[in-house]
Amino acid sequence: MSNQAFVRTEMLPEQHPPATTVGVIGWLRENLFSGWFNSILTVVSLAFVYYVLSGILPWIFQSAWNADSLNECREIFIATWGSTEGHACWGVVNERWLQLLYGFYPSDLYWRVNLTLVVTLIAMAPVLFSDQAPRQLWYVTAVYPFVMPWLLWGGSIWGPLMAAAGFGIGYLAYRVLVPVAGSLVAVIGAVVLPILWWFALAGTVAGAIQGIIPIGIESVESRQFGGFMLAVLLGIVAIGCSLPIGIVLALGRQSDLLIVKALCVGFIEFIRGVPLITLLFVASLLLNLFLPPGTNFDIILRVMIMMTLFAAAYMAEVIRGGLAALPKGQYEGADSLGLNYWQAQRLIIMPQALKISIPGIVSTFIGIFKDTTLVSIIGLFDVIGLSNAIRADTAWNGIYWELFAFIAFLFFIVCFSMSRYSMYLERKLHTGH
Amino acid sequence: MKKSVFFGALTVAGLVAGAAAAGTVDDIKARGKLNCGVTTGLVGFAAPDANGEWNGFDVGVCRAVAAAVLGDPKAVEFVPTTGKTRFTALASGEIDMLARNTTWTFSRDVDLKFEFVGVNYYDGQGFMVPKELGVSSAKELDGATVCIQTGTTTELNLADFFRSNNISYEPVPIETNAEAQQQYLAGACDVYTTDASGLAATRATFENPGDHVLLPEIISKEPLGPLVRHGDNEWGDVVRWTLNALIAAEELGVTSANISEMSMGTDNPEINRMLGSEGNLGEQLGLSADWAKNAIMAGGNYGELFEKNIGESTPIGLARGLNAQWTNGGLIYSPPFR
Repeated sequence: MSNQAFVRTEMLPEQHPPATTVGVIGWLRENLFSGWFNSILTVVSLAFVYYVLSGILPWIFQSAWNADSLNECREIFIATWGSTEGHACWGVVNERWLQLLYGFYPSDLYWRVNLTLVVTLIAMAPVLFSDQAPRQLWYVTAVYPFVMPWLLWGGSIWGPLMAAAGFGIGYLAYRVLVPVAGSLVAVIGAVVLPILWWFALAGTVAGAIQGIIPIGIESVESRQFGGFMLAVLLGIVAIGCSLPIGIVLALGRQSDLLIVKALCVGFIEFIRGVPLITLLFVASLLLNLFLPPGTNFDIILRVMIMMTLFAAAYMAEVIRGGLAALPKGQYEGADSLGLNYWQAQRLIIMPQALKISIPGIVSTFIGIFKDTTLVSIIGLFDVIGLSNAIRADTAWNGIYWELFAFIAFLFFIVCFSMSRYSMYLERKLHTGH
Repeated sequence: MKKSVFFGALTVAGLVAGAAAAGTVDDIKARGKLNCGVTTGLVGFAAPDANGEWNGFDVGVCRAVAAAVLGDPKAVEFVPTTGKTRFTALASGEIDMLARNTTWTFSRDVDLKFEFVGVNYYDGQGFMVPKELGVSSAKELDGATVCIQTGTTTELNLADFFRSNNISYEPVPIETNAEAQQQYLAGACDVYTTDASGLAATRATFENPGDHVLLPEIISKEPLGPLVRHGDNEWGDVVRWTLNALIAAEELGVTSANISEMSMGTDNPEINRMLGSEGNLGEQLGLSADWAKNAIMAGGNYGELFEKNIGESTPIGLARGLNAQWTNGGLIYSPPFR
C-alpha cells in the first residue's frame, strides 16, 4: 500500500497547438521572426523589396505603348502624369518587337521560323523527356539536323537530302567492307567515303538533281538572320553539338593513347586559354583574309563552328569532373563484367558521370547561350546589335532601358527554363534514396 | 615536295585573287548587287527602319553608286561593319566600298592601302556642356570631367587640345554613344566630346535640348568619305565620279524633281555631258550613258540627301556650314565634268 504509483488510466483529450505556432502567425514566427537578428533582417529586406518595386513597377506599368517616337512618348507622359521621370516608353518595343525577334528575315516567311521552332521542340522532346515521349519522335530528332537548316535558309531540298545521304553511304560502306576487309578498314572507309562525298560530290549531285526535279523553297541569305532568332539558332547548334564533342574530348583526355590524349589536351587548353571574342574575330576577320577572295564561307556558319568549339572545350572539362568523381570500383566493376571499353562507357561510366555533371553542364549551356550576344561585336545583328541599330533611328535615339529590359526578359525566359529543367532532371535521376 | 605543292597552291590562290579583284565593276554586274559597308547604326548616317530598309546620308551614297552601276538603287547588300571590322571587310573583298563616316587620314590612305574617293561630310570634334555650367569656350574647361569614347581619334585629339592649352581634365572612358548619353545626362561628366554631327544628333534626343550648348571650338579635322581598295582604279573612278555627280548636280541645279526634263537636253553643255545627252562620259567609265541620271534619281543630289537625312528640317538639324557648296562659302566642290 505504501509505494503506490500513479498510473493514468485514460488518455488526456487532444489539445490544439498554441495559436502562435500554427497558421499564418506560426509560419511567420518560424520563418521570418524567429529571433531578434532574423527579425531585423526581415524588416530590412522587406523595406528593400518595397523600395525596388516602388521604383520599377510604376516604371513598367505607367508607360506609353502607342507612340511612334521618343518625343511622342514624352508628350504622353507630360499629358498623363505631368512628368517624364520614371515612365517606360514601350512604344519602341511595340513597333520593333518583330524585328527584335526575327531580325531582317522576310516578314512573309516568318512562318518558317515559327515552324522551325515547333520542329525544334518536337525534336527535343525525346531527348529531354525520354521516359514520357513516344518512341516514334526519335525519327523527328534524326531528321532534324537536315530539316532545320533547310527551313531557315531555304533553297533546294536536294542539298540537305544529299548531306543526309552521306550518312547512308558511311553505313553501307561499313556493312560492305566488314566481311571483306575487316573492321578497322571498314571503320576507316565509313569515315573517309562520306567525307569525300560531302566535299567532292554532294554539291554537284544536288545541283544536277535540282536541274531535273526542281523542288525547293525561297532561299534566305544569312545576312538577313538576326534578332533573338539568331541567338536561339546559335545557342541550339552550339549546345547540341558541344555535348557530344565534349564527351569525346573528355574521354580522349583520359585515354592511354598518347597522340589522342595530346590532341585532346592541346585542343581543350588552347580553346580555354583564348577569349570567345578572339575566336569570333578570327572567324569574321582573319578567315576572310586567309581564304581567297570570292570564297563564300557563310559568316553564321563560321560563328557556329567557333561557338561550338568553345563550348565543347568547357563541356569536356565539366564532364571530366564527373568522370573523376566516380570511384575506381565502377571502372573495375565494368572490367570484371567483361564489358569492352565502349560498353563500359555507355552502360556504367557515362550515365553516372553525366548525372554528376548536370549542374555544370547546364551552367555551360546557359553561359554559351548568353554569350551569343557577343556576335554583335563582329557586326551581326543579334538583339544587342539591333538595339544599337534601333537607337540610330532618329525616332528612337536616346531610348535605352526599355530595349534592354525587353531583351533581358527574352533571355530570362529561356535561361530560367533551362535551369528548371536541370533541376527536374536531377530529381528524376536521383538514386540516393 | 610538300613545300612546292604548298607554294603552288598559294600562287594559284594569289592568281585567283588577282583575277577576282581585277574588275570590281564586272563582279558587281555579274552579282547584280553592290556590297556596301555601312555602320551598324549611326543617327542620320545609316540606320535600318522597322521594315529593315536602310536609310541615311551614307546609305544615300551606296544607293547612288548602285544606281549608277546597276540602274537600281535597291540593288545594294548593306553589310553592317563595326569600327573594328570595317577595314578588314574592305581589304578582304567582303564589301566593294565602305561608306561608314570614316575619317580620311594619311595612314588609312597610305598604310592600310585604301583609296578615299572624296569627302561627303566635313566633320570636326566639338564639345557639349550643360548650359548651367556657364562655360562659353572650351578653354575654360580646366579640371572638367570629360566623357570620351575609347579607342577613337577623338581621345587623342582631346589630349592634344588640353595639353597645348595647358589645362587639365579627367577622362571618363565610355564605349558607345548611347552609353555616353546616359552618363552625360546622369551627370557623370561635365563635358561630352565627339564629332560635332554626333553631338548635334545626341542633343536633339534630349528632353530639353535647350539646356545644353555646343561650344564654338572645333578641335580637329574629320573629313568623312567613301573609300575603296587600292588596286582597282576603274572602280575607284566609278565611286569618285558618282559622288562628284551628286555634288555637281546641286551646283548646277539638277534635282530629282527636274532631272527627267533636264536629261532630255539643256542649254548647259556640262549638264548635258553629265546626264549623258552629249558626249560619252558613261562609256569612259564602263557604265551606261544615263549613269549619273540614275545616281541622282536614287535619292536626289548632294543637297537633297543632306536635307532629307541630317539637314535643318530633320530632328538632327545640322546646318550646311563647311558642307555648303563652294559657291556658298563651303568646301563641297566637284571637279568639272569634261
